Amino acid sequence: MAARNHGLKPLRIATLFYARRLVRKSAKTAAKLMPKKVTGSNIIFWIVIGFLFAPLAVLIIYSFNKSRSGEWAGFSFIWYQKLFLGSPDLWKAFQNSVTIAFSSAAMATILGTLAAVGTARYSFKLKSYVSTMSFIPMILPEIVVGVSLLVFFAGVGLQLGMMTVWIAHTTFNIPFVYLLVSARLEESDPTIIEAARDLGASELQTLFRVIIPMALPGVASAFLTAVTLSLEDFVITFFVSGPGATTLPLYIYSMIRFGVSPVVNALSAVMVAGTVLLVYPLRNFLKVFAAR
Amino acid sequence: MKRNYGMAYATPQALWLTVFFAAPLLIIIAYSFLKKGLYGGVEPQLSFQAYVDMANPTLLTVAVRTLWVSLVATIMTILIALPCGYSIARSKNQAIRLFLVIVPFWTNFLVRIYAWIAILGNEGFVNQALRLIGFRPEGFQFLYNQGAVILVLVYMYLPYAILPLFSTIDKFDFTLLEAARDLGATKMQSYLKVMLPNIKGGVVTAVLFTFIPIFGAYAVPLLIGGKDSYMLGNVIADQVTKTRNWPLASAISMTVTLLTAVSVFLFALKKPKEQHVEKDLDPVGGH
Repeated sequence: MAARNHGLKPLRIATLFYARRLVRKSAKTAAKLMPKKVTGSNIIFWIVIGFLFAPLAVLIIYSFNKSRSGEWAGFSFIWYQKLFLGSPDLWKAFQNSVTIAFSSAAMATILGTLAAVGTARYSFKLKSYVSTMSFIPMILPEIVVGVSLLVFFAGVGLQLGMMTVWIAHTTFNIPFVYLLVSARLEESDPTIIEAARDLGASELQTLFRVIIPMALPGVASAFLTAVTLSLEDFVITFFVSGPGATTLPLYIYSMIRFGVSPVVNALSAVMVAGTVLLVYPLRNFLKVFAAR
Repeated sequence: MKRNYGMAYATPQALWLTVFFAAPLLIIIAYSFLKKGLYGGVEPQLSFQAYVDMANPTLLTVAVRTLWVSLVATIMTILIALPCGYSIARSKNQAIRLFLVIVPFWTNFLVRIYAWIAILGNEGFVNQALRLIGFRPEGFQFLYNQGAVILVLVYMYLPYAILPLFSTIDKFDFTLLEAARDLGATKMQSYLKVMLPNIKGGVVTAVLFTFIPIFGAYAVPLLIGGKDSYMLGNVIADQVTKTRNWPLASAISMTVTLLTAVSVFLFALKKPKEQHVEKDLDPVGGH
């Protein structure tokens, strides 16, 4: 500000620039020279990581145990063999889970994205209703959502099954999609949309050629989040599922509840490995995910 | 003047949530004021029986226990998660540390519960190890008690707290800590009086992310706890599926919902202010 009056702008900027470089450089060397500190928070962090992984490690070790009980009786792949070759019900449940996850995520992504576009671009009468309704399901305990849907389905006489699970999963996925896509739209430049409209694009053309491509990272992450939330859900599914609609979490539940077979260990190990394989390539995007 | 397509965009979602979310909730509210049907369901007759039933001592005990367990587990989770979030934010390898937190977080919920059964169960890892060194705890169970429920709840929801705490602490300007130290604050003072007020938004989010699911917990007390560690979630489920007293289940659900909503709104009212402070990075400013 002052520089403008003094007429010394270039000089000032040059000095400032040089000073900043110096400071940065010295900060960098200082950071390099400083030994890695063993701080209290670091110690706690690694203890917590140990705490988070220890149970998973125990499961993986047990999955190679020959014996049925907890005692170690030698190394064996028998439970993996049983898992992949001798558990048709489990694979049926897995298939149900995947079907529900992708179909409910797709439905939620369509509904949530459209609503996010609508509320981001326009103001209308029911706007606050839409945004409030998209927020409340996220803050209610799952059990309440599950019980209320069960009572509702019983009331309207809808037979519990894949259909009701799909409806329930779509319902709890919508808020997450709406939130993630809205956040992405907020970051993008609204003048681009205005420009498209001014240049004569119809509303639909603007939607498919400008808005959706612009919001695509948000839409994609919303879809993936919805898929994982659906694969993961146990409580709500527990209430709204019926014959023939056993999902993988429900199947695992029944295995735990009614006689544990070490096949669960093998399955768990496979699922942990799957999670690692899925998350590791994403490690550089995890910060964005955490910031959600 | 362009046309307003807002309603056209929002209607499908609004309709879906009205039918499959708002309507079921309204039905639950209505059911809680109706008479219990003989074989489940309700009879169309106004009754406050469900609310009278709620006042019975067994249910009150469960309610108090639920509140107690949720508070203890939430506080423990936050206290452990704070230094973790801080250490990730200050680390040079943020990506790898986040990866380490997210793997257990994305591992299936039931698999993680089951892992604790495999560790603490009567034939579990710990008991086997104790037997190996010749120490046999006869008649003592690690599982099926209150302590085990709290331990596993903390385990389940730690990542839920670490992640939002990390993302707020990451935005915090750490030079403020040094400034505080230069001005004579002790290390603890600089954390509590300079950093904490600035990351309040993240703490609030972390508390909500842990308290709400723990308050409505169902699977953990069912599989890890015994009869005397039942929580409200289990009572609701039993009333729906076993006892088939739908009005009572509805009344308890309503209470849980109200309690959750009230606590969220109390927090949410505070939140905008904190975010403002965060943006200004004004640690000593008025709040």
